[in-house]
Amino acid sequence: MSEIRDMIVKPIISNNPIALQILGVCSALAVTTNLKTAVVMTLAVMIVTAFSNMFVSMMRNHMPSSIRIICQMTIIASLVIVVDQVLKAVAYDTSKQLSVFVGLIITNCIVMGRAEAFAMKNPPIPSFLDGIGNGLGYGVVLLFVGFIRELFGAGTLFGFEILPLVTNDGWYMSNGLLLLPPSAFFIIGGLIWLIRTFDTSQVEAPDFVICKNSQKEAV
Amino acid sequence: MAANNDTIGRTITVTVLLCVVCSVIVSAAAVLLRPMQIENKELDRQSNILAAAKIDYAGKDVQKLFAEQIVTKYVNLATGKYVEKPEGYKDSKRAAKEPSLSRALTRSEDIASIKRTANVMPVFLVNKDGQLDKVILPVHGYGLWSTLYGFLALENDLNTVVGFGFYTHGETPGLGGEVDNPKWKALWPGKKIYAEGSMEPKIGLVKGAVDKSAPGAEFKIDALSGATLTSNGVTNLVQFWMGKNGFAGYLSNLKAGES
Repeated sequence: MSEIRDMIVKPIISNNPIALQILGVCSALAVTTNLKTAVVMTLAVMIVTAFSNMFVSMMRNHMPSSIRIICQMTIIASLVIVVDQVLKAVAYDTSKQLSVFVGLIITNCIVMGRAEAFAMKNPPIPSFLDGIGNGLGYGVVLLFVGFIRELFGAGTLFGFEILPLVTNDGWYMSNGLLLLPPSAFFIIGGLIWLIRTFDTSQVEAPDFVICKNSQKEAV
Repeated sequence: MAANNDTIGRTITVTVLLCVVCSVIVSAAAVLLRPMQIENKELDRQSNILAAAKIDYAGKDVQKLFAEQIVTKYVNLATGKYVEKPEGYKDSKRAAKEPSLSRALTRSEDIASIKRTANVMPVFLVNKDGQLDKVILPVHGYGLWSTLYGFLALENDLNTVVGFGFYTHGETPGLGGEVDNPKWKALWPGKKIYAEGSMEPKIGLVKGAVDKSAPGAEFKIDALSGATLTSNGVTNLVQFWMGKNGFAGYLSNLKAGES
């Protein structure tokens, strides 16, 4: 029982795909300008990761190792297309907002990273749960980043006004940088710092020690 | 077990099976969901026409409102006169690809980079008390990555913009994709397309904030920051469709009261 819990809970903080494994950062920059797209993207990635993990795991004993990456990609790509089609049919507005990013889940490193690292070695059900867990871990970061970006960049949360903007006769001067993708780098960096401050086991030993400067510099 | 997975026969079998299964799933999803997607697209198109005309459709039945408020007519671009809907005409996008329904643009004409234009385009009219109130014109053109499709609504003076918006494009979200930003779209209403007595479109996007008091401000809209090419594309497509290869002929006929 605790194993199942571990599989789902661990990727959220202690083995977070973005913060610790540093996977899937690219899409985390793109879809976090507001919370609504972040939530939909989280669900889409979670579904794709869970099911691709399950199918890859079901096939793991039959997959020729020479073409295993292509096989994984085929499964992932098919799932992503299905998700994209479903979104277009039932949530048209959101799918328009997410535009190319749903299609780009195919290139999200989390999906393939988990298929290769976990699903190839484990039975289907744990793999499925691992996918859900990693999707959640991805989602936590997305929501955290999206919360900060939407609140301080646009003064809203889920589209509702929280901080009235100067441009709408309020008092809050929005931070335009937060609406641009690079701002997510700073926020994700800050988040990683925050997590590692509390969970020191994540801090890696330095690869090398910088020598003390013994030479006098030219004036 | 893992060892004999690597034989050539096994590899081919696995590949073929996987591909067949995946392609069946993908095609099934595409085919089964298609009617819903088309309906969504049509609904989206109609609500965009209503939005361009500044008709409030929130919480209302879009299809019903569209049928009540909007009259669809077809215009021959060369003559600028109303025509019957040509045979085999489904939409302007498809007609532009059909040689019998469209014409190729020369390089100097083709400022919006659309290569071909349909001979007949739909226009959408809003009537109020038997009088023409608003005209909504479909426009499209190339931005940075994609063709932008949108609607431009004009007042009954056929010069003042009521509203403008795109319903399909593939521009970079956050940069060129800001054409969907309501704040940017709110800059359009009240702007003028043509200078007095001329049918040469003057409207365009300019870099930097537009000084509202400067002369000619009514022809200028703030460009999108970080999206010069998309902004140029928007200027070009508006200039094209309001120009003599677009709707200028139709609009001057309409102004003269004959159409």
